[in-house]
Amino acid sequence: MAGLTDITRSTVGKKLLNGLTGLLLCGFIVSHLTGNLLLLVGREAFNQYAYFLHSLGHGAVVPIMEVGLVMLFGAHAISGISVARSRRRARPDGYKKSANAGGTSRKSLASRSMIVTGTVLLIFVILHVAQFKLGWGQLRDYPDVMIDGHASVDLYSRVVDWFNWAPMVGLYVVVMLMLGNHLRHGFWSAFQTLGANNPRYENLINTAGMLFAAAMAVGFLLIPIYIFLFVEPTAGSSLAAG
Amino acid sequence: MAGNEFSVKLLIWRQSGPAQPGELASYTMDNVLPEMSLLEMLDLLNEKLTAEGIDPVAFDSDCREGICGTCGLVINGIAHGPHSGAATCEVRMRSFSDGETIVIEPFRAASFPVIKDLVVDRAAFDRIMQAGGYVSINTGSAPEANSIPVPRPHAESAMDAAACIGCAACVAACPNASASLFTSAKISQYAQLPQGRAEAKRRVVRMVDAMDEEGFGNCSNHGECEAVCPKEISIFNIGRMRREYLKAVL
Ligand code: HEM
Ligand code: SF4
Ligand code: FES
Repeated sequence: MAGLTDITRSTVGKKLLNGLTGLLLCGFIVSHLTGNLLLLVGREAFNQYAYFLHSLGHGAVVPIMEVGLVMLFGAHAISGISVARSRRRARPDGYKKSANAGGTSRKSLASRSMIVTGTVLLIFVILHVAQFKLGWGQLRDYPDVMIDGHASVDLYSRVVDWFNWAPMVGLYVVVMLMLGNHLRHGFWSAFQTLGANNPRYENLINTAGMLFAAAMAVGFLLIPIYIFLFVEPTAGSSLAAG
Repeated sequence: MAGNEFSVKLLIWRQSGPAQPGELASYTMDNVLPEMSLLEMLDLLNEKLTAEGIDPVAFDSDCREGICGTCGLVINGIAHGPHSGAATCEVRMRSFSDGETIVIEPFRAASFPVIKDLVVDRAAFDRIMQAGGYVSINTGSAPEANSIPVPRPHAESAMDAAACIGCAACVAACPNASASLFTSAKISQYAQLPQGRAEAKRRVVRMVDAMDEEGFGNCSNHGECEAVCPKEISIFNIGRMRREYLKAVL
């Protein structure tokens, strides 16, 4: 009879997977944002935090989390793309005239563009990891800093230098607005998907979703904009001259 | 009677057979009365076309009072037309104004092939029902009322789901052509009652499988289905279908 493998086989299963992974990703970005807001506190605080994360469990926690995150993003993207693609097979011939039904419909620009905002997020996440974790394209080498007697990567300087470059700030602003749009439909939608939506709480979940989407977009936007406006690039960065 | 007649321009999908290409054909109807139903207006159009020797427009209808689920047109881009909680046969011409163009198209989904003009084959819904939309034991005559207690909210919610008339507007309105609202209504009408509960797990897996096999799309939670449904079936039923599915596969 039916088993767990059905989750990856049927439309309902794929949607459940998409909702669950989407909600877990929401949890991830909350912790990611909370930690990264230390960038606004200063060099010491942020580099300390980076060192702390990397020293957890004798350095084992971060790689495990990374594998988990790759799987989470992968499962979410694959299930999401499968939902979005199902429409092409199911409605090959469209309407000559189409309109929104209005009323109780939840269809919106956000709900219709999940695949667009999602795909942009996927490309962004890959570039974002390459940029800050792997140090691709950076303009100079950053010597390690000493924290509690241990050498640790100077992530703060890397971030500050990138965010003193206007086009990079612009890119982050655009992508974070897309994240906000993804979550505006996505947060509520995940509850509906997991069967946790009901008439009594629907408005509450919807409002919480709006607030959550706005908080995440604004929170992540704040970092590059604040750095661009108020934090000087580090010495030795060629951008510092310009 | 005189005085309030008006005329409308019609753009109607004409397609002579399943494999033939179709297109929007343009007609003008004069002497339309506000109290006419849209389908009566189409009847008059067909009389006119027949008199002119033109093949009349094929469309489905039966009860013409919103209870059978036979009618179904996409009117100006909205399944069952401009009113919420009403079927195509309940649309009156007073909803349109003089000189307005009304675009009329069939319900569109790969699983609902066009048979002719505005008539589509909705047998895919019957096959979903055959996969599990029943209780397979004979429940006999009504039992003594207190022997199987049914909580009132469950009874009400099951009745609400059972109001689905199988018209397929939910599929027509869904940007993904998903049959989730229909299938979830049928699952919900059994899952909340003791007689249906016994087979709930097998039913949900079979009906979802049948829905997938018919080639309907997945659900993006847009909620257009609920907005066009003549019986205002709620998308909370889709949430229930997913909960039931999860219970069945875990
Ligand atoms: C920051 C990372 C992300 C978060 C927090 C996130 C969150 C969510 C949430 C909560 C949902 C709602 C799930 C549901 O409807 O049940 C969702 C849906 C979706 N996500 Fe993401 N997502 C992220 C990244 C991505 C990526 C990288 C893709 C890649 C393509 C993607 C594609 C989609 C799609 C297509 C849907 C909608 C599927 C549908 O049509 O119903 N998302 N996302
Ligand atoms: S759920 Fe509503 S729109 Fe869908 S088939 Fe049933 S009555 Fe029609
Ligand atoms: S003809 Fe019966 S519901 Fe419209």
